[in-house]
Amino acid sequence: MGLLSKKDLKLITDPLADNNPITIQVLGICSALAITAELKASIVMSIAVLFVMGLGNLTISLMRNIIPPKIRIIVQLIVVATLVIIVDLVLKAFAYELSKTLSVFVGLIITNCIIMGRFEAFALANGPFRSFIDGIGNALGYAVILIIVGFFRELLGSGTLLGFKVLGDPIEKTGVYAFGYENNGFMLLAPMALITVGIIIWVQRSRNTSLIEDN
Amino acid sequence: MEHIELFFKSIFVDNMVFATFLGMCSYLAVSKKVSTAVGLGAAVIFVMAITVPLNWLLDQYILQEGALKWLGEEYATYDLSFLSFIMFIATIATMVQLVEIIVEKFAPALYNSLGIFLPLIAVNCAILGGSLFMQSREIASLDLAFNYGISSGIGFFLAILTIAAIREKIRYSNVPAPLRGLGITFIITGLMAIGFMSFGGMLTGGDVEEITEETTIVSTPTENNTIEVSKEETIKLANNEKEIIE
Repeated sequence: MGLLSKKDLKLITDPLADNNPITIQVLGICSALAITAELKASIVMSIAVLFVMGLGNLTISLMRNIIPPKIRIIVQLIVVATLVIIVDLVLKAFAYELSKTLSVFVGLIITNCIIMGRFEAFALANGPFRSFIDGIGNALGYAVILIIVGFFRELLGSGTLLGFKVLGDPIEKTGVYAFGYENNGFMLLAPMALITVGIIIWVQRSRNTSLIEDN
Repeated sequence: MEHIELFFKSIFVDNMVFATFLGMCSYLAVSKKVSTAVGLGAAVIFVMAITVPLNWLLDQYILQEGALKWLGEEYATYDLSFLSFIMFIATIATMVQLVEIIVEKFAPALYNSLGIFLPLIAVNCAILGGSLFMQSREIASLDLAFNYGISSGIGFFLAILTIAAIREKIRYSNVPAPLRGLGITFIITGLMAIGFMSFGGMLTGGDVEEITEETTIVSTPTENNTIEVSKEETIKLANNEKEIIE
């Protein structure tokens, strides 16, 4: 990694674990929960957020000295909205089925607090390159949680991963279904996403006790 | 009748927080105390009641395919719906700013209680989500859009109020240390969402969406059992939930 200094590298690795945008900073929860019933949707959403966050942070950081502070929220929203429209059109053109599954949640990337949060906290005060790295890092941290949740919900809920029947066929009773295993349809319903994230938080904070809140 | 159905459906069945997970960020961040939660909830109702009908007008007369007909026949083929994200969010951001200025000028007391939450609201996903759902569900008229805005806002208000009340009480309970704060809030919200799922049966018959959702889950006959079990659990949990709330 000759390109990145140690400090820059930290910007990428920190959000992956100890400063994770979802479990620690509490940003960007809405979309994380709503679209994670399938692994594929989670991955596509992560890529979309990666694109918007990287470029958005870069743009805001380049403009940070000319934005009047009073109207900065509107400016930020317009920048994100433009990027999201690009993502939406690309999805509609190349993955129409998937864009139907994601429905309004692509549009809701605009108000994904993770993006506004990083703009406010980082891009407005740092140079373009570091902001870009920070955007990528946080989007990766977001992606990690999305993919973990998507993995478990799809595996336990429908017995598939990315649509492949990894546990055997439930109708013909092959694989684990031969031993009487049943899919847990409950995992596909919305509330289980919340509980899965709750469990991830539990595991993470048991491993790193300095993160425990005192409430 | 249509109004009453939409009203109850948006509050309970399609609750912003529990069914679609919108506005989660502010829901988690501002629910430590009941008084602040009430402030945010009221601000959300207020802003949604204004922005949803406004965006409905925009959608109907500018953005939809053929919406520009009123300008003249040659504009009838225009389809500007790809611009809806940017139009909606710009409307919301300006409205929030405008409302803030007006409330500060004419009702300083209200401003002091709502004030700090208003800027937060511009980036609350529930607000934009309300407008986007209004568009994708093809709400038919302006008064229905107004109704949808208000009732979705009330749904959010209800959710944030209950979770704030539970969080105030849970401070005295012995929660496992790593779950304290955020973790337990997630799990409680999950349980409350299961409870709210039981409202899904409230409008059976006319509720086409709910039925299609269930058929996607019950894709194979073998899964029928699990669904039935989960329904029983749902009811049980809903009862527990009521006890907890009381």
